[in-house]
Amino acid sequence: MNEYLPVAILMLIAGAVGAIMMFVGGLIRPKKYDKVKSSVYECGMPEFSDARKRYNVRFYIVALLFVLFDVEIVFLYPWAVAFGDIGLYGLVAMFLFLIILVIGFLYEWKKGALEWV
Amino acid sequence: MLLPIVFTIIKILIIVTVILLAVAYMTYAERKVIGAMQVRLGPTHTGPYGLLQPIADAVKLIAKEDLTPDMVDRPVFIIAPLLTMVPALAGFAVIPFADNFTMFGMEIKPYITDLNIGLLYVLAISSVGTYGVIMSGWASNSKYALLGSLRSSAQVLSYETAMGLSLVAPVLLAGSLSLREITLAQAGMWFVVPQIVAFVVYVIAAVAETNRAPFDLAEAETEIVAGFHVEYSSMKFALFFLGEYANMYLVSTIATVMFLGGWNGPLLPPLVWFVIKVLFIMFIFLWLRATLPRLRFDQLMSLGWKVLIPIALANLMITAIVVHIVR
Amino acid sequence: MMAQVAFYILAVLAVVSALGVITRENPVHSALWMLLTFFSVAGIFVQLGAEFVAAIQVLVYAGAILVLYLFVVMLLNPRAGGFIRMPAKYIIGSAVSIVVFFQIAITVWSSGIFKNGTIGPLPYAEGMNNVRAYGNVLFTKYLVPFEIASLLLLVAMIGAIVIARKD
Repeated sequence: MNEYLPVAILMLIAGAVGAIMMFVGGLIRPKKYDKVKSSVYECGMPEFSDARKRYNVRFYIVALLFVLFDVEIVFLYPWAVAFGDIGLYGLVAMFLFLIILVIGFLYEWKKGALEWV
Repeated sequence: MLLPIVFTIIKILIIVTVILLAVAYMTYAERKVIGAMQVRLGPTHTGPYGLLQPIADAVKLIAKEDLTPDMVDRPVFIIAPLLTMVPALAGFAVIPFADNFTMFGMEIKPYITDLNIGLLYVLAISSVGTYGVIMSGWASNSKYALLGSLRSSAQVLSYETAMGLSLVAPVLLAGSLSLREITLAQAGMWFVVPQIVAFVVYVIAAVAETNRAPFDLAEAETEIVAGFHVEYSSMKFALFFLGEYANMYLVSTIATVMFLGGWNGPLLPPLVWFVIKVLFIMFIFLWLRATLPRLRFDQLMSLGWKVLIPIALANLMITAIVVHIVR
Repeated sequence: MMAQVAFYILAVLAVVSALGVITRENPVHSALWMLLTFFSVAGIFVQLGAEFVAAIQVLVYAGAILVLYLFVVMLLNPRAGGFIRMPAKYIIGSAVSIVVFFQIAITVWSSGIFKNGTIGPLPYAEGMNNVRAYGNVLFTKYLVPFEIASLLLLVAMIGAIVIARKD
């Protein structure tokens, strides 16, 4: 528990440094409002639609696959740490786990879920 | 009770200051090194050899007008740069910069803290950095920013997988997640020797994670002008920059600790070895940027999913078998 | 003393940010509050000595699952404000939370940890730490649930393919 106090302090200090950097310049920097200047950049054209439209579902699939792999990786770390204690038993257990996932991965590959275009 | 806390705060302030300075001078080194590789001079006018250039840049950025477009979501627009920068700095909490040593009869520990989940902490905290990118793109309400942030986050997620897989193998060899213990385990042999495959996968993934060339699609100037931070100016923009460079240092220090033996090395003091190794990895970042053209997005995705992840996985399985037989 | 102060700070943060999640109209703001909730809950896990759980709380929930939510929000882009406005969701939501709350309360109560008065980690054997202990039991005592988890992930992967298919 006590090892975590410095982590919290570091986060607070980092946040404070960032906030100070962001706001301290406000004392010297110019501030002139201008309608055109405060419009969103669109290569000089007046903006013609809201940016928050619907985007391609492929981004979503990448995130979904990432969640699955992230969970898998999370299991790998305690296994790697405890590997010296659990020996052959752990090796077989993890290989079984990985093989099932590799099957899923290969199936995905074959079905073209990893294809971007 | 109070004394150790004051001591820790001093240590943190020193480390944060050093990182900020290192970031400032990395921008200078980047311009000089890439200039030299392209037979140019880089900055020369500000101070001797242009050494005051980063200071001049900082002053300029502070004095610039801070534009906030009308259509943005203000609170998220302001929080987003902090969400990029704070995780990048917070990751340094567990990095052991050198071995413990005694000075003035006191044992000095040259790290902020030593967690027994050290490596997982770094991975967890840096995975939060994605929010800065996503949030800035969304809050800006600009098409370029939103596209850039979607691209960038999809890329970061893909390569985080490869990165996580490549780091399991050294953990397997060390049998610990504490970065200090991993460094100590490399006193005899640096893990880059048995784990050269994992090292290469890690470095490629690290370059992609930090959105650096040749994986800088999030900022592709020619197609989406600058990506997620197109609407940012002044110090908010500088914070993104700071976050990106601090992140580069963070992945370099992790590469140093996990593969290059951390502070271990003959003759020179441990801290010097550590710095040399980190700068070496940083130099690779610059070298890649000066040499390679930018990838296309589909190439980027297939490199991550179809090349790096299978290689890292196969490497891990082979490592596990070998470790089991040798033990 | 210190630990108690830290606990109350974290607990208040967790509750306040959770309230932020459910009261914001804008789903992206909700997600940001949720990030804070995850961090404060991770802090409480650390206090309980479950460092590994704290790490994966941030790594998986904050670093992956919440990003997935955000992607959904950003890809669908519901008009800010006028998004699923139905009073029924509050009733359904409250009902589900009450049921889950009692389920957890009963489980905790019947496990008997209140009887000996201390909640927290048992001391580890020499040279053991949270992650290593976790690895030791997960791959031996809890091997079957672990292998079933891989089947669950396989099913999820196939589900992802069904979504991904263009035809």
